[in-house]
Amino acid sequence: MAKNISFTIKYWKQNGPKDAGHFEQREMKDIPDDTSFLEMLDILNEELIEEGKEPFVFDHDCREGICGMCSLYINGTPHGKTETGATTCQLYMRRFNDGDVITVEPWRSAAFPVIKDCMVDRSAFDKIQQAGGYITVRTGAPQDANAILIPKQNADEAMDCATCIGCGACVAACKNGSAMLFVSSKVSQFALLPQGRPEAAKRAKAMVAKMDELGFGNCTNTRACEAVCPKNESIANIARLNREFIKAKLND
Amino acid sequence: MWLCNSSIGRKVIMSVTGVALILFLTFHACMNVVALFSEEGYNTVCELLGANWYAVAATLVLAALVAIHFIYAIILTLQNRKARGSNRYAVTDRPEKVEWASQNMFVLGVIVVVGLLLHLYNFWYNMMFAELIGDPYMGPCYAGDGYGYIVETFSNPILTVLYVVWFVAIWFHLTHGFWSALQTLGWNGKVWFQRWKTIGTWYVTILMALFLVVALKFAFCGGAC
Repeated sequence: MAKNISFTIKYWKQNGPKDAGHFEQREMKDIPDDTSFLEMLDILNEELIEEGKEPFVFDHDCREGICGMCSLYINGTPHGKTETGATTCQLYMRRFNDGDVITVEPWRSAAFPVIKDCMVDRSAFDKIQQAGGYITVRTGAPQDANAILIPKQNADEAMDCATCIGCGACVAACKNGSAMLFVSSKVSQFALLPQGRPEAAKRAKAMVAKMDELGFGNCTNTRACEAVCPKNESIANIARLNREFIKAKLND
Repeated sequence: MWLCNSSIGRKVIMSVTGVALILFLTFHACMNVVALFSEEGYNTVCELLGANWYAVAATLVLAALVAIHFIYAIILTLQNRKARGSNRYAVTDRPEKVEWASQNMFVLGVIVVVGLLLHLYNFWYNMMFAELIGDPYMGPCYAGDGYGYIVETFSNPILTVLYVVWFVAIWFHLTHGFWSALQTLGWNGKVWFQRWKTIGTWYVTILMALFLVVALKFAFCGGAC
């Protein structure tokens, strides 16, 4: 049975990347606990709009955990604490208790400047992807699926890496603001497949160079990234990226 | 040069120097254990490692390793703080998987370096340095009498406590540093992760226990037992 809960929400307000920003606070009354976290924020915004106040800005899109658009740092954890690997849109109010104080902050990282409130600019990830996160193929008729044989284990692992939705929770959780889990997953999804091998060295070098250029930090293997990743990406990917990168540089 | 210009390259430098320093600690621990069994044997080792050209050369290499490891730690820490941005989180929650040592490597490293300076002052300064400047009787004992210096140092309870704190800091630093170095060098994966963590924890625990046993033996019964 759904029950209603009342709690205090502290949410971050910031007018732009240069603004200092501050918290605002509001009591939320009788919210059904089967409400999703984003629906709860919709309720908050309806209340604010009815009172003639400016609504709270946050990113969201598909609301089914596959687009990677939602990005809230809830009570000290990116996407909130779910233990199962879920994005903010898959977080439900039943995870919270009556009387809780819920603190909502944006991803805080120099490479992700705040656009407004909790909406941050994650186009740095797009730039890294554009630097080498693809394979160069001739267009034309699709090839037969079995023309290149791929061991099931490799195909599965590449698919696991490809499930990274680029939400940026890894960067948000990392005390170093490092993007290694994202970059390593994107490098791995190709490195594990024969189609990705011809450009593997070039890809690892180009994506790491872009990552460094955009101001992400150096990985110190704290594992905070894999602990919060909504798609459960493993730091084994980071070891693979290190391997690919070192091998590529030694072969230069 | 990719070793200095890329984030992974800088981490490779940290890993290689770190692994080399763990190997040195292993050698040092083995040498210390001799003092548990034989005063004469230990002092023979000390004579061999006095102001001989190979020992001096090895000391310079070690000093370079420590310096590079420490300088890169400062560079990486500063870059990482910049990457984190100027706004700090109001609420943070450390996930269970994240070990305390992994997030405090720099602080632990500073404690290790301070302890190292104390240790160099207690031993190296009176031993190799005294021999190098041609004054082997500079300190309280003869420069080659390493055994005498162990007895001397650990007869002081304050120094003993400081050494134990130092060993604990090194233990924490290495429990993360061991597997982290291998991860950075790319020699890791889903299967090897647990193996390296277990091997690393056992290795550094045995290593630091050897240092601790020698310190405590001399603290509690000096050269007598």
